[in-house]
Amino acid sequence: MFSLTSARNNKAKFSWAQFLLRYGALIGLALMCLILSFLTPVFLTLPNILNVIRQASINALVALGVLLVILTAGIDLSVGSVLGFSMAVGAIASVKLGMPAPLAILLLLFSGAFLGWLNGIALTKLNLPHPFISTLAMLNIARGLTLVITKASPISGLPHVMTWLGGSFIGPVPVILPFLVIVYLIFHLFLNNTVLGRHIYAVGGNPIAARRAGINNKKILVLVYVLAGFMSALGGLALAGRVNAAYPLAGLNYELDAIAAVIIGGASFFGGRGTVFGTLIGVFVIAVLRNGLNLLNIRADYQLIGIGLIIVAAVYVDVIRQRPFTRSSEV
Amino acid sequence: MQQPILEVDGITKRFGGVTAVDNVSFPVYRGEVLGLLGDNGAGKSTVIKMICGVYQADAGEIRFEGKKLENHNPKQARDIGIETVFQDLALVDPLDIPSNIFLGRELRTGPFGFLNKKKMAEESLKLLQRLKINIPDLSSSVLSLSGGQRQAIAIARNVYWNAKMVIMDEPTAALGVRERSNVLEIIRTLREQGVTIILISHNMDDVFAVTDRMVIMRRGQKKAELVTKETTKEHVVGIITGAIDY
Ligand SMILES: Nc1ncnc2c1ncn2[C@@H]1O[C@H](COP(=O)(O)OP(=O)(O)O)[C@@H](O)[C@H]1O
Ligand SMILES: [Mg+2]
Repeated sequence: MFSLTSARNNKAKFSWAQFLLRYGALIGLALMCLILSFLTPVFLTLPNILNVIRQASINALVALGVLLVILTAGIDLSVGSVLGFSMAVGAIASVKLGMPAPLAILLLLFSGAFLGWLNGIALTKLNLPHPFISTLAMLNIARGLTLVITKASPISGLPHVMTWLGGSFIGPVPVILPFLVIVYLIFHLFLNNTVLGRHIYAVGGNPIAARRAGINNKKILVLVYVLAGFMSALGGLALAGRVNAAYPLAGLNYELDAIAAVIIGGASFFGGRGTVFGTLIGVFVIAVLRNGLNLLNIRADYQLIGIGLIIVAAVYVDVIRQRPFTRSSEV
Repeated sequence: MQQPILEVDGITKRFGGVTAVDNVSFPVYRGEVLGLLGDNGAGKSTVIKMICGVYQADAGEIRFEGKKLENHNPKQARDIGIETVFQDLALVDPLDIPSNIFLGRELRTGPFGFLNKKKMAEESLKLLQRLKINIPDLSSSVLSLSGGQRQAIAIARNVYWNAKMVIMDEPTAALGVRERSNVLEIIRTLREQGVTIILISHNMDDVFAVTDRMVIMRRGQKKAELVTKETTKEHVVGIITGAIDY
């Protein structure tokens, strides 16, 4: 029968990379927490932990959308701007136009999904060469639109319903915490237990195979950009609650933390690889790093350097892991 | 012989100025293994792409079980029982074996239509046993499999759906000696189970080991149709290279 030795050898040879890939971020996070709890007594206190969670929450939402996009071997640079735009749309609808809050929230979420849809259409219908281009364009367009519609000034006086998700507490627990748990469970189920989720991995893992299997690749691509836009808008809603206002530069540079979280969490830029759990770890690696360095009074520029180094390490593991693939496809 | 399951009748395909396939006709009989032979560029892949609906013929027609195939696409071809294993194995590396076998035709369960992973794993195991393919860990990503195992999965994926006919384009081209014999074994097993097979191959040993008949092409034209038992490798190579003019 089949020789199994080659498969075993493969496994043995690359198990180190596999191990690092699967647990590296988690181990890194645990180590960071351990070290910080020794260095500063404040770190492991309940208020600080809740604070880290609240700070991580926006990126946690945005990064889920970016994960879907990266699973298809794409990229979405526009999530930060889309967040800002949809937040502004919701705030204007509610505060300036007097729309009922639930309706304003729906409009907020819809505008994010709509910009995501435009990203998807630009990619699949205009055949722009890479989502880098279409979403880079959207990054600028959405930010410009946001500055126009807000007249470049913040909008405060949001109704309680709009700030509830990001700003309210149930006892000591911020509302956003159970919300995040639910959203992450839903995404986990979606990616692992639905046909659509499976097809997202397939389109990223091997687009030709996906097409041959009868999957409509373009439909899947449009879907992931719509969901990325939607999740950015959800992040915008949460942020509006936390700061109790909408502001024109909301979400500026958020795409960077979102992409970093997804990659640190073990997703592959080559597509087809990455998990919801990994992304969550990636989000918290960044949040804990920021929080810890703040507590230690280390300047923000060093935080950037730290995050940069972690990204290099994470992507390097990805590159090592891709090697057997490159080789076997050359044979 | 019996009734043909597939009749290729005078098909032609042009790409710009190139006539890739020129007025080619041949029958494929139910339950046989037919070898489709020819040098690089002879037009073999183009012929099978017209059969499985990737291309439409510019002229001529193809009949499957007596019915003319018209403007069919690969999905429709699969639905009527024609499965194709392409030259480039279209597997999704990061996914596990059952996910690959069931890609695009996933089994679902429950009110939400969630993936029925258990059933897909069981069915995959049954299928691999039926094809006498031995892979220890179904949950491994196909990336960790050897070339022969990957080929086996690519074939298995196509026969699960009670294919009446399986077309294989150079299934052993990238394999080592031992893995090649495994794939040939799968072809024999399929034949015993009554599946009709069209096998494209460059390898004379493979062709003589498993085929019943062969069709030989040269520069887009059919040059010969032979019964494997009644010919020799030298003769076949002669026709392929043009040394023997048929
Ligand atoms: N999509 C295509 N566009 C243009 N020419 C093609 C295309 N596919 C095949 N050909 C040409 O048709 C001829 C037959 O090719 P092919 O069927 O792939 O041969 P084989 O599989 O026997 O090696 C070759 O000259 C090839 O270059
Ligand atoms: Mg070919």
